[in-house]
Amino acid sequence: MIDELAEKDKKKEKKKVENQEHRGEARKIEVAHHENEGEQHSLKMKAEGVCAWFGTKQALYDVNMAIYEKDVTAIIGPSGCGKSTLIRCFNRMHETVPGSRFAGDIFLEKDSIFDPRMDPVVVRRRVGMVFQKPTPFPTLSIYDNVAIGLRLNGMRDKKVLDEVVEKSLRKAALWEEVKDSLQKAGGALSGGQQQRLCIARALAIELEVLLMDEPCSALDPISTTKIEELIHELRQNYTIIIVTHNMQQAARVSQRTAFMLNGKLIEYDATEKMFTNPENKLTEDYITGRFG
Amino acid sequence: MNPSAELTDNGGAKPRALPLLSFGKSGFADKFFQKLTAFFAFLILFLAFLTALTLWQASAPTFHKMGWNFLTSSDWDPINGIFGSVPFVYGTIVSSMVALFIAVPFGLGISLFLTELAPMKMRDPVAFLVEILAAIPSVVYGLWGIFLLAPFMRVHVDPVLEALGGALRLPFFKGPSTGLSLFTAGVILSIMILPTITAISREVFEAVPNTYRESARALGATSWETILLSVLKPSRVGLLGAIMLALGRALGETMAVTMVIGNTPQVSINLLAPAHSMASVIANEFSEAVSDLHISALAEIGLLLMVITLVLNIVAHLLVWATAAKFQK
Repeated sequence: MIDELAEKDKKKEKKKVENQEHRGEARKIEVAHHENEGEQHSLKMKAEGVCAWFGTKQALYDVNMAIYEKDVTAIIGPSGCGKSTLIRCFNRMHETVPGSRFAGDIFLEKDSIFDPRMDPVVVRRRVGMVFQKPTPFPTLSIYDNVAIGLRLNGMRDKKVLDEVVEKSLRKAALWEEVKDSLQKAGGALSGGQQQRLCIARALAIELEVLLMDEPCSALDPISTTKIEELIHELRQNYTIIIVTHNMQQAARVSQRTAFMLNGKLIEYDATEKMFTNPENKLTEDYITGRFG
Repeated sequence: MNPSAELTDNGGAKPRALPLLSFGKSGFADKFFQKLTAFFAFLILFLAFLTALTLWQASAPTFHKMGWNFLTSSDWDPINGIFGSVPFVYGTIVSSMVALFIAVPFGLGISLFLTELAPMKMRDPVAFLVEILAAIPSVVYGLWGIFLLAPFMRVHVDPVLEALGGALRLPFFKGPSTGLSLFTAGVILSIMILPTITAISREVFEAVPNTYRESARALGATSWETILLSVLKPSRVGLLGAIMLALGRALGETMAVTMVIGNTPQVSINLLAPAHSMASVIANEFSEAVSDLHISALAEIGLLLMVITLVLNIVAHLLVWATAAKFQK
């Protein structure tokens, strides 16, 4: 079933690439070129008919979305469009909100993450998350903040922990800045460093998909640039879904972009196509700044 | 500022009556208000100082006769005029510790349940019920203690503890028990301080930003790990404050303790033995004390209780400040 859909998407993708060649030159937003453009990755996650509620208020309406491995998928849309709710469904964080409800299904490779036999704890270890506001644990040191995920998994071996902490901090491009102060409190870092610490913390567990919920909205432009560079690096090894209200950011970092409005997925396509030649009028209006 | 200055500064117009509190440019009202509130603030300090001074003066005869022995002697013999405070200090501290030992786990458990685990609809009603325990007058607790708790302890709880103490060779639980004991006092105190611990720790837990819980969850932490990592650890300081406040209440509690502690001035490591407390001895003996020395000794006990509570509270605040400062670095 999923393979079938993937097949379909592949065809669509080919058509898209052809389309792009004939497309007009007027570009509204500069879209980054990626070395593996056109290269098709395998399906990593798939949302099928996802609906979500908070109490009686419905936040998502029948969202279908395929996430490809080692792609950065951006979700854009105005405030309250359900983009954060959607991303929180991908690792079952939505259900931690009291009074929330969910319908539909989401697959992580072949497994439904909503399968009754699937432990949400296990899902969250494979699909990690970084939040809008940097949230290092205030009482833990930098080292412990990174090691905590492994410790929760029962890892006690100091050598392994040391190694993973260094590797994760390096991956999060933070190692050089903190290697001499690993025992300092995580809260003592700057906002941008804290956010990279949170990314390192998420990377320390052997995760496959990284969800980022507006990771830069609380950061200054320099820190934002660093996080964006980091996203490019991380794409080599991880599948990333990023929610952002900054369209330029979506254009810079992602290969695919989804546009959401009022809880519905309006359009979902390759980023380049979305920002240059969207099919839906609403998408075009939003991207050209006519609303939102 | 001189109020008349404002009157003359009226542009030569007809002098008008100055309102009692002028909010004009003179700032007189501001200054007056500042002085007034400062007066209120210092009044409290002054009253505390007066209380201590009065107790100090009243306890002079005993201090003159007993000297520092008052603090080290275990004899309390009003007939022969020998007064030592050790049994009372011991009873007060040990019964309070027993109370903390019981109430802290229960109180933290209740507030964790109410803030983290209970269904939303249940949280406020249950919290209200727990906090309403604080509104029950302590003499009512005492009555309940005498009529229900003490017999229940004698028949059902103490024998079990005795057996346990015997099996583990612990000196803390030795029979036979009358039900009126340090331990019973501790139990009743634990019920009385439970609302304090629950209410304050609940506030502390609720103050923890939800983002911490979410990050722990997102790292694949289980419910318990989430609580430990993102709720309990960041709120250590606040919890310490909650415990200290509860301890303050336990130390000063009089009526309920008097009614179940057995009122026997002795120092025993056996928690099932009757004992006495500082507040109890003052309440019990003050109306019957005939000799000046006896009254004076009770005043000195009062002074001692005040000092102990004060020192404890100061230490608690220093601890809280020190830990809070450590977090901010």
